[in-house]
Amino acid sequence: MRIYLDHNATTPPAPEVVDRMTRVARDTWGNASSIHHFGQQAKAVLDNARGEVAELVGADRSEIVFTAGGTESDNAALRGAAEALEASGRRHLVTTTIEHEAVLNTLKALARRGYRVTLVPVDASGIVSVERMAEALGDDTALVSVMHANNEIGTIQPLAAIAEAAHARGALMHTDAVQTTGKVPVDVRSLGVDLLSLSAHKFYGPKGVGALWVRRGVRLLPFVTGGRQERGRRAGTENVPAIAGLGAAAALARSTMIAEAPRLEALRDRLEAGVLAGVPGAELNGADRPRVPNTTNISIERIESESLLIGLDLEGIAVSSGSACSSGTLEPSHVLKAMGLPHGRTLGSIRFSLGAANTEADVDRVVAVLPGLVAKLRNLTVTMRR
Amino acid sequence: MRIVVAMSGGVDSSVAAALLAEQGHDVIGVSMQLYPASDRAGRAYGTCCTLDDLHDARRVAAAIGIPHYILNFESRFEEAVVSNFVREYVAGRTPIPCAHCNSDLKYAALLDRASGLGAAALATGHYARIVGDDQGRHHLLRGLDHAKDQSYFLFSLTQAQMAQARFPVGHLDKVAVRDHARRLGLPVAGKPDSQEICFVPDGDYAAFVERQAPALTRPGVIVGQDHRVLGTHEGVHRFTIGQRKGLRLSSSEPLYVVAIDAEAAKVTVAAREALGRTTLTAAGVNWTSGVAPAGWRPASAQIRHRHAAAPARVRALDINRAEVTFDDPQTSVTPGQAVVFYDGEEVLGGGWIE
Repeated sequence: MRIYLDHNATTPPAPEVVDRMTRVARDTWGNASSIHHFGQQAKAVLDNARGEVAELVGADRSEIVFTAGGTESDNAALRGAAEALEASGRRHLVTTTIEHEAVLNTLKALARRGYRVTLVPVDASGIVSVERMAEALGDDTALVSVMHANNEIGTIQPLAAIAEAAHARGALMHTDAVQTTGKVPVDVRSLGVDLLSLSAHKFYGPKGVGALWVRRGVRLLPFVTGGRQERGRRAGTENVPAIAGLGAAAALARSTMIAEAPRLEALRDRLEAGVLAGVPGAELNGADRPRVPNTTNISIERIESESLLIGLDLEGIAVSSGSACSSGTLEPSHVLKAMGLPHGRTLGSIRFSLGAANTEADVDRVVAVLPGLVAKLRNLTVTMRR
Repeated sequence: MRIVVAMSGGVDSSVAAALLAEQGHDVIGVSMQLYPASDRAGRAYGTCCTLDDLHDARRVAAAIGIPHYILNFESRFEEAVVSNFVREYVAGRTPIPCAHCNSDLKYAALLDRASGLGAAALATGHYARIVGDDQGRHHLLRGLDHAKDQSYFLFSLTQAQMAQARFPVGHLDKVAVRDHARRLGLPVAGKPDSQEICFVPDGDYAAFVERQAPALTRPGVIVGQDHRVLGTHEGVHRFTIGQRKGLRLSSSEPLYVVAIDAEAAKVTVAAREALGRTTLTAAGVNWTSGVAPAGWRPASAQIRHRHAAAPARVRALDINRAEVTFDDPQTSVTPGQAVVFYDGEEVLGGGWIE
């Protein structure tokens, strides 16, 4: 029996998601832009899914733009807002050092085109300071982008206060909410943001589909140009089955979240306590609270996470560490580095992210296996140095 | 038995993995990521072990049905192999990075990783053989296919390393290996062999050294054995002992590089006869039996990968040096290359030519 503890990477699609996608792919294959019956059927599927996603995040359905996933949503938000505001002379973009590559590399690309980009550092808590964010803002700031929860350590950022500071300077506020949507209540109005990215496969939906929420009245230049789909904000024939899957996942998350979040939190805390107590030299990375309920990131002294990860996989336990580069090897986490953790601690980090299928038995097995594996790897390290 | 196989994405290591899996072993494929896909300036860095090869290794592992992991050895490879390669050229020697990669990477860090994964053995696609005797000793032999033999690059293996090393294709010839690849339906069955040093795919070592260490290369003079200046050059890293091409000298008889003095940035050339040498010393010597011979031992000594071994006598000088006396003068005794001592098929040991 394999134990999957890598839900922040992706989640298994829920049976109701697969059922709806299969049905739509087979029966509702029309082009949603067509006027005839077939088009109308497909359009109805999109409308239904749009409503389900809007309800999940407390939005109006007209504000939801379907995309090909979280990364595309981030690109559309950052590039679209930057370009739309270019004429106003606002050419300054602000973000944090612990963002996902989808945001960091997109802003890097904009910096090469002449935008000024400020990266606000974080401390070892992994929570960005509202004061430091506010200090980084200027009168020419076009957009502030701060993730809702960090994908590696799970810490939740004080979005509402940052959004207030951004708005006070006349800037727009975007958040990458890929790691919170479907896990904890996400309400676009109370977050105070203007743009929000979400991704289906992080909450039991399919890969390759997501959405960008765009507050009514916010102007974006389209990032993908072509036909008039998605009110001209995202061209290209809609991926109807995938969007149907996103809708099903959103509806499911809405009905299960209230019970599931505390269940996962208790499991996560049990795992965390077990590992911290059972493995000498194990330390929690980032603040304990506020955090998404399913994530814990632990560094283990004198261990290279690559070896530990492979060792756990051979034991049938799937976890992750840092960010995988194109070949699939590991690089030290830019998030842990940005938090100022010592080099050794960034090399030995493991992320456990729990999900729907996990049980107490799963967690207990990890707590039982890990100390022995760590001891074995440490012995080897000693031999190597000798 | 759990066996880790180092998979490069080429035919040999792919067949090695597939044969072990076919024999029923618990096989884990690993590939070493050795350098970034592009260097800091964004230039392509290599062809072997680049993304394409890692992807090939993964496809083969999937076809066999074994787990496959890519291990990040970039910093170790840079330290143990690439920077050593550059330093050696700049110092006027001619390095063989493949031997360093075996001794300092595969049979060091990778072997440790394999143990960490609970493996009893580490298999590679090398053309070489290891046989055991009644006393429990291991003997390293040339690959059965002498045209492909890679034992020259493996002289540093110790008894402990040989106890864990496996060469599943060492008793096969290349044709048989490709037949196996086709029989097993491996997606790399028709892939061409790699030829050059993996991180210098265009074979232009001089340009590589200049890119890596621009501050360490400097022009100098080419002189005859009478110290007369015959020409100039753009750096000692552009030369190797026995080299004739690229000297840009006009002379009535062909001239060859016979000595390189990096400190003086001086390259000495002479007629072919001056190349002949009957003795050499080697450093970093390993005796595969674990015991150095007492006194002079007859052996055949091979001074380059593609050379034939020549009759000689070998003796240990101290704990890790050795002296070799050839029966007949050898051309191209080149500092930085390995000298490997054989008794027939068996590797007795070897070291780095001083």
